[in-house]
Formats: sequence, structure tokens, C-alpha cells
Amino acid sequence: MSGPNYPGFDTLSLHAGAAPDPATGARATPIYLTSAYVFKDSDHAASLFNMERAGHVYSRISNPTNAVLEERIAALEGGVAGIATASGQAAMHLGLATIAGAGSHIVASRALYGGSQNLLAYTMKRFGIETTFVDPRDLDAWRAAIRPNTKVLFGESLGNPGLDVLNIPKIAEIAHENHLPLMVDSTFTTPYLLQPFAHGADLVFHSATKFLCGHGTAVGGLLVDGGRFDWQQAYEKTGRFAELCEPYDGFHGMVFAEESSVAPFSLRARREGLRDFGAVMSPHNAFAILQGVETLSLRMDKHVANTRKIVEFLVSHPAIESVSYPELESHPDHALAKSLLPKGCGAVFSFSIKGSRAAGQRFVESLGVFSHLANVGDAKSLVIHPASTTHFRVPTEQLKASGLTEGTMRLSVGLEDVDDLINDLARGLKAAQKGA
Amino acid sequence: MILNIDGFDAYCYTGGKPFDASLPTVVFLHGAQNDHSVWILQTRYFAHHGYGVLAVDLPGHGRSKGRALSSVEAMADWLLRVLDAAGVKEAALIGHSMGSLIALETSARAPERVAKLALVGTAYPMKVSDALLNAALNEEQTAIDMVNIWSHSSIAQKPSFPGPGFYVTGGGQRLMQYVSRHSEEKIFHIDFTACNSYANGEAAAQSVKCPTLFLLGKRDMMTPPKATATLTKAIAHAKTVLLDNCGHALMAEQPDAVLDTLYGFVRQSAN
Repeated sequence: MSGPNYPGFDTLSLHAGAAPDPATGARATPIYLTSAYVFKDSDHAASLFNMERAGHVYSRISNPTNAVLEERIAALEGGVAGIATASGQAAMHLGLATIAGAGSHIVASRALYGGSQNLLAYTMKRFGIETTFVDPRDLDAWRAAIRPNTKVLFGESLGNPGLDVLNIPKIAEIAHENHLPLMVDSTFTTPYLLQPFAHGADLVFHSATKFLCGHGTAVGGLLVDGGRFDWQQAYEKTGRFAELCEPYDGFHGMVFAEESSVAPFSLRARREGLRDFGAVMSPHNAFAILQGVETLSLRMDKHVANTRKIVEFLVSHPAIESVSYPELESHPDHALAKSLLPKGCGAVFSFSIKGSRAAGQRFVESLGVFSHLANVGDAKSLVIHPASTTHFRVPTEQLKASGLTEGTMRLSVGLEDVDDLINDLARGLKAAQKGA
Repeated sequence: MILNIDGFDAYCYTGGKPFDASLPTVVFLHGAQNDHSVWILQTRYFAHHGYGVLAVDLPGHGRSKGRALSSVEAMADWLLRVLDAAGVKEAALIGHSMGSLIALETSARAPERVAKLALVGTAYPMKVSDALLNAALNEEQTAIDMVNIWSHSSIAQKPSFPGPGFYVTGGGQRLMQYVSRHSEEKIFHIDFTACNSYANGEAAAQSVKCPTLFLLGKRDMMTPPKATATLTKAIAHAKTVLLDNCGHALMAEQPDAVLDTLYGFVRQSAN
């Protein structure tokens, strides 16, 4: 039967979490550059501190501008709460640190952004949290890696660098069979291309620096709670997640799972993680990211359309050795991509040109429209040559183990006229071949 | 706090402090397919300001075990057994939606045990459309979405509930799904049928002598303010407060206004 409808994606992109400013009538969300908020009286102060009233106390814990962004991303993802953090890395750390501590274990895809790999393999390990990395396509490996002290399964919606498509429905199933949540880094896909919660994921985070902001102007992260994972049930069955289901001395014995039946994770992440780790987003950045989110669908459609044309150009170019994009039949996750990512597989992908490291350098140095830098998800097109930048000390054999060659390029396709982008790439490929 | 009622666990949230029956007691009753967590801010405030708080999960809802009760009358009797088990002789009853009918019926059955009555987002008769009843029985997710959409007046509640950063509409949907997952029964249909078939509201209201408050959302589409006319007429001494920018999910959409109104009402020695 048909009933009333929730607002659509574009309406939520513009309105969720935001009303005209009650003080001034400002239609755009104001930037609340304030560290703290005046209490009406002592009782009001105490009730805010003790979670008897909703409101703002101090901008490390919450801020009106950030709250609009947080509520908007929660709405766009189909979740219950968002938390804005200083960066995507901070969002990932907050997500993990809320439920994992010394002695905990994480199962993660091995196809991860280098920063995430570092955090898990080295930094979290230093704090007693171990990670087992698995081939994201090997479902048995995910299952086999789970231990009694495992707290979360984690992967990227589109893995790095080969754009491995995370089989969210299957991996979520494995997680839930074991009373574990699945956390997904959805930076490359954004909620416009993929809503991980709809496929079974429980926690999502974004480097909002990328497509959500969309203009390369602000660094920030967003952690989103799907609100469906039953922490209490998992605690009763496995003893895990005492952090959410037993009294927390750091907040007057609060049992988060009693306070909120659906969002104890977000309560603790904010009440403990933002409070104590303090990796909060600046309201200035929240404003910049909100501006980006308002046009997310328009931009993502063009990012994808441009990417498809560039992929088509590269695939047939004689100087190209390989192109890795899940919409190509040659990609190992082509079928999965068709089912999970019907609107497109994003605008970041890798390809390899024929030739040596030097050919790669000539390619990037001859580009005029693509900017050579270490970022993705900008309105402007970007390129990086891993073998001469992020991996410049890595020997050729080790490059191969990381899924790279000396001629591998990573593109982040922007919103320029696609003919200009193709002409730019053609010029670069010609330069690369000249020295061959 | 867990009580044993009729052989089953009955969960009562106590506002973040141990329940003390020697304090004036305030009982909070949730609506259809909800649980205690809809009252979290108000209950914490009352519990930290001199009251003993019991925010129940009705049988079969949330953390309470046992079968869901099929009539408002049975829920009222169950509530009286909860008060007995908690050692409470008299309490202020605050009910939302279906919970308001339970509070009303309890006050009629045992007026000596009800010190005050606050009916939040209420209506009588609380008619549920055939379309919604059918959806609750056969397409529960559709029913959840219908109620969730009709219960919220906005997609930008400020300062949000239970705090900044929470998306109220998403939370409302997930809570109803959570209650559904925790029961093998068609809870939504049972609750709606109980609301729809409750026929003693006018008589119960005519018997109410205690101070009474109607707290209503001006933009409530589930229980519109005009649908309280029978009750407000029957309880002539009642006070009515209408909240701006507020639909049926009053505690989520206007948490401070709900708290301030309820606390002011409960604190008053008489109307």
C-alpha cells in the first residue's frame, strides 16, 4: 500500500537539521563561532550537564552549526545520529575507541586508505588494540578472523587502491551472526551513491574533506550511527560492549543502553569520545561542508558522468596498461558493483600507464588541468603518481604487493568540461610515451 | 529496575538514580510501539529533582517480557500491579498517546492512587484508521513509516532529542523497529487495536477529580488538538497547554517545553 513519504534525498540535503535561525531569521545556517553557551541559571546548567535537557554547553561537545551537519548526514545516511570530527581519521578513531580498548581486536579489510592502515596496524596496536587484515573478497577469511575479543568488522565501501567493492550485505551478515557491528568508511561513495545502513552496515564514517565538502576547502570527518545494531543483545549473548551496557563511572554510572534503546553508541561517542579525545570539527569547517552537502547529488552525478567518459577514453588508449573501475566488466567486483552501486562507482580510480617510474613522472608533470596533489573528492580534477610520491621509497616488487605498478596513477575526476579533461590526459600520455 | 509482574520481568527506567518509593512518585507511560526511552530527558530531570521515577516498558515492549496486553483496561490493571510491586501508594501519572489512555483509565479504576494526571498527545476516541490497522497487521514497516512521518512536524528539531546531532525522525523509526524486533507478536497492531477499541474514555474522564493537564502539539496529525474535545469537556478543571512547532512526538520535538510544562504541573500543590 502507499502511504506518506519521507522527504527525498535532495530535500534532506538542503533542509535536514536546519531551520531558519530563531534569533535572526537567517536562512543559511549561521556559523556559531562560540566556545560556550550562557546558562539561564544554575539549575539549567546542571540539567544540561546531567543530560536532563538537550542543549549546548561547550563547543567541544556540541555546537549549533556542527549539529546541523550532524543531523543532516544522519538523515542522508538513513541513520539516527551523526558526530562531526576534526578529520576522517578522527571519525574512524572515535568510532573504534568508543567500543574497543586494550585487549580488543578488529577485523579489517586489507584494501584500505594508507592512513587507516597506519592507524590500525601501528597506532591502535600501541594502545593494545590488534587488527587482523583480510582480503575483502574472501568471506571465509572475515569469518575465520573473528575472535572472542573482536569488537567490530571494518572496510571501505570502495577499497584502496583497486576499488574493491565491499560486499556489505554478506559481511554484515557475518558480523551479525557473531553479534558484531560492521563499520564502513563510505568516503568514496557518499550517501548519494550508497547508503551502507540499507545494506546491513551499522556504523559509517566519512572523510567529509572529500566529496561531502566537495571543494577542497575544509578538513573534517563524520561518524554516523545506523541505530539498528542491538548492543544490549550482543552484550547479553557475548559479554561484549560493556562500554554501552554497564554503568560508566565517567558519567555518574550512566548505562547508555538504558538511556537510549537505539543510539547508545552515539551517546557514549559524544559524552566520552568528544569530551575526552576532543577531536571536534571547527564550526567554520562544518559550514563549508554543509555548503557542499547541499549540492551533493548534482555534483556526484557529474563526477560519475565525467569519470565514465574518462574511463572509456583510457580503456581504449594504446599507452594504457590497465584501468581499474568496477563498472568495467574486467573488474573482479563488476557484478557486485552493479547491484550495490547502480548510480555509479564514484570518481576516484586508478590506471596504469605503460613504462617506467619516469614515464609516470612525465605524465603528471605535463598535465595542465589535473592538479598533482594528495587529495581526492575536489570539484577540481586531481592526480597523484604513487610511485613518485606516497610510495617513492618503495621498491618495484613491493609496489606490486600493494596492487601498484611504477606507472599507476590515481585520478579524482572533477567537474570540469570532460573534453578538457580528456585532452589533458591525452597530452600527458603523449608526453609519457615520448621518453619511452 | 526490574519488577516481577504476573511472573514476567517488567522493566522500569528510574531516571538515572535508584528508585526511592518514599519520594513523591511520577510514572511515565509510553505510547504504541515505543518504550521508556521516549521520556529520557524528562525522567532524568524529575529523578534529579526530588521525585521517584518509574518509566515503564509495557509488557512485550522493549525490555519488559510477557505478552503485550490487548486492552487499555488490562494495561491499567497491570500498571496498578506495578505500583504495588514498587511499593507506591500514590503517583502522578504522565502518559503519551496510548499511554495517556492507560493513565486516564488507571485514574478511573483507582482514583485514590492517582495524585495528578498529565495526558500528553492524547485524543478520545483514539480512532485508528483501517488503513493503519491493516498496515500494522500486514505491512508493519509501512505502518511504522506512516506513524513516524505523521508524528513529526519538521526535519529540523532544535535542540534535537536526546541532544544535538541526533536525527529525530531516524530515531523514531528505529525505536519502533527495535520494539518490533523484541517481540514475536504484532505489537503495533495489538497496541493500535487497544487504542481503537477503548470505549471508557469519556466515563473515565468524567470521574477524574485530581489535577489534570492536557499537553498537546499544535501540529499533531496523529491526535490533533481538536480530538481532545470530549476529554477536555469532561475534565472541566483540567489545564490545557498547546505547544508551537510540535507534532505528536512532543517529547522529541519540544523536549524542554514538555519538561517545563510537566514539571511545573507536577510541582503545583493544586490546580
